[in-house]
Amino acid sequence: MGEKRPIRVLLAKAGLDGHNRGIQLVGKALRDAGMEVVYGGLRITPREVVEMSIQEDVDVVGISIFSGGLMTIIPKIYRAMQENEATRDLPLVVGGIVPPSDAEELKRMGIKGVFGPGSDLDEIIDFVRSLAGSRSS
Amino acid sequence: MFREDHLEAIGKARREWEFTVLNPIMERWPERRENFYTQSGHPVKRVYTPEDIAGKDYLEDISFPGYYPFTRGVFPTGYRGRLWTRRLITGLATPEETNKRLKYLIQQGQTGLNIIFDNPTTNLFDSDNPLCEGEVGRDGVPCCTLRDMEVIMEDIDMQEVSTSIIHSGPFILSMYLALAEKRGIPFDRLRGTLQNDVLSQYYTVNMSVVSLRDGFRLSADVVEYCRKHVPRWNPISFVGYQIREAGSTAAQEIAFALGSAIAYTEELISRGMEVDDFAPRLSFMFNCHNDFFEEICKLRAARRLWARIMKERFGAKNPLSWLLRFHVQTAGSSLTAQQPVNNVIRTTIQALAAVLGGTNSLHTNSMDECYGLPSEFAARTALRTQQIIAYESGVANTVDPLAGSYFVERLTDEIEEEAREIIRKIDEMGGMVAALEAGWVQREIVRASNEYHRKLKSGEITVVGVNAFTEEDDEEVPIEILRIDPAHEAHQVRMLREVKAHRDQGKLWEALERMKEDAAAHRNIVPSCMEAVKAYATLEEMRLALQEALGAGKESKDAFIC
Repeated sequence: MGEKRPIRVLLAKAGLDGHNRGIQLVGKALRDAGMEVVYGGLRITPREVVEMSIQEDVDVVGISIFSGGLMTIIPKIYRAMQENEATRDLPLVVGGIVPPSDAEELKRMGIKGVFGPGSDLDEIIDFVRSLAGSRSS
Repeated sequence: MFREDHLEAIGKARREWEFTVLNPIMERWPERRENFYTQSGHPVKRVYTPEDIAGKDYLEDISFPGYYPFTRGVFPTGYRGRLWTRRLITGLATPEETNKRLKYLIQQGQTGLNIIFDNPTTNLFDSDNPLCEGEVGRDGVPCCTLRDMEVIMEDIDMQEVSTSIIHSGPFILSMYLALAEKRGIPFDRLRGTLQNDVLSQYYTVNMSVVSLRDGFRLSADVVEYCRKHVPRWNPISFVGYQIREAGSTAAQEIAFALGSAIAYTEELISRGMEVDDFAPRLSFMFNCHNDFFEEICKLRAARRLWARIMKERFGAKNPLSWLLRFHVQTAGSSLTAQQPVNNVIRTTIQALAAVLGGTNSLHTNSMDECYGLPSEFAARTALRTQQIIAYESGVANTVDPLAGSYFVERLTDEIEEEAREIIRKIDEMGGMVAALEAGWVQREIVRASNEYHRKLKSGEITVVGVNAFTEEDDEEVPIEILRIDPAHEAHQVRMLREVKAHRDQGKLWEALERMKEDAAAHRNIVPSCMEAVKAYATLEEMRLALQEALGAGKESKDAFIC
């Protein structure tokens, strides 16, 4: 059996703000855990999420958002991914400033995981790993 | 500060104390840990004595309040004469709602305004741009045209209140000035501060609508213009706050803010201005994080370092040029989503550090800011925190009460020295703009941020409710969270469209053309920006005009280092 390909994750920030301390930390943690992290940058649009996910052939998409616009922006990204055959089954994870009630609503919508302020990095790593694992099996 | 023979006696007595008193105790009851450090990593000794400040000269290094090198504060009477300005950040939903909140806070005893704008406005997008859907009024107030500024400031006396504007470049300030003009208020009656430090914005929130150097030049235009026309206005505030929020250490925070201030000072001197013409109006903004003494010492060190830079490096002669005046905001990044009521306590300690550090104005964060904009209740509690410190605690009754503390003076020295070394490295790289373009500053901050989180993870740093004293049902939030009704966004878009429909298009077009020409020719942009604002140009129209003339900026991805 050949060498197993490392898990690939697209990380990007949606919305107009540029606060990226959280996504930096998560990115470093995932890389330290042996994953390949593709950084999509700031202000990524739903179309760009879909395009980059396909182009980079990632297993998981993580979007970080600090802005109060989260309940508009994240559903848009989710819908864009759903509408494309190639990204329909790709798990979407959200991080950032997310009030608990919004987190519940996002999960109901189909967002696989929501990591608000104070989340544990090891939990995020395990979660991403389990998402990628269930996808390849 | 101490006689040689006196110091010798103290040293001898200390060694004796260690041998006879300390060591037996340490054998029976070891200390909680082997080594102690401040949050930023300065070693903290068990006990400090006069030996730790043996080399200090009171008159040279500490001296009197309101006297060079200003270690003890910029006013001779400290807060005995006047308390610090209580200035809470405000901005939400719409200009109308923001106006209501501002008036509410004034009525509750706030003494200065501090206006923050939503993401679209901060990035110079209009509320009706499709990219902004869902973000209008969510993290601040939208302000697209002069009309919005008129509404924000409705029934507020611009001559009475000082206003801090959290925005960079000439646009929002031009709206404020145009409104004053409309009300017949002479510019020399206006007091306030424009944040305007594009360098710190670039590496903390990665923003620059034009290239870094062009943005730097445009914000320097504002400083130049205000020095001539708005004499009591602080046209720039060098922001250590955001640097710290991005994860820097205390010493990095002041060094990078001062590094930015040095860059602007050099730029303005190269335009032919005298340092004493503008230096008295430069201002700063710092953070106050959890480590109480480190924060106090950081503020004292910053004041002394800036006074020395101004006097020794730039040859400033006017004593007002030596003063480092600053606003403090308590650390937003220290707030926890877990057990959010604890944030009131954290903020109180941080605010007390800011006051003991001699801040000139203060914003205290609200307990709910880990989730969104402050509710009215949370904002009022944050204001009350300051009022309790000011009126009940008694700490404002003597100036710099911690001066002379062996620990405080020693740590102040250490932080000043560390910051001075960072500034030396920036100089070696060719200054702050070059250091930013090389990505060095960004890398240093990310490294410090990672180190902080490593310590948090390993338990070297304790955060109550996060890695200690946690509760099972932390996820249940016992506090009210402010919700912005989406109807506000629709209202704002409607208002903007109405303004756009009723403008004199010819006048608008002419003003925007003039702005482009001035930008391309590197003429001071503020006068033509004022004309555009008066013709009700929108922020986005002005941004596009600038970008047409100068090209658009790029995101700095250097900071993404894993």
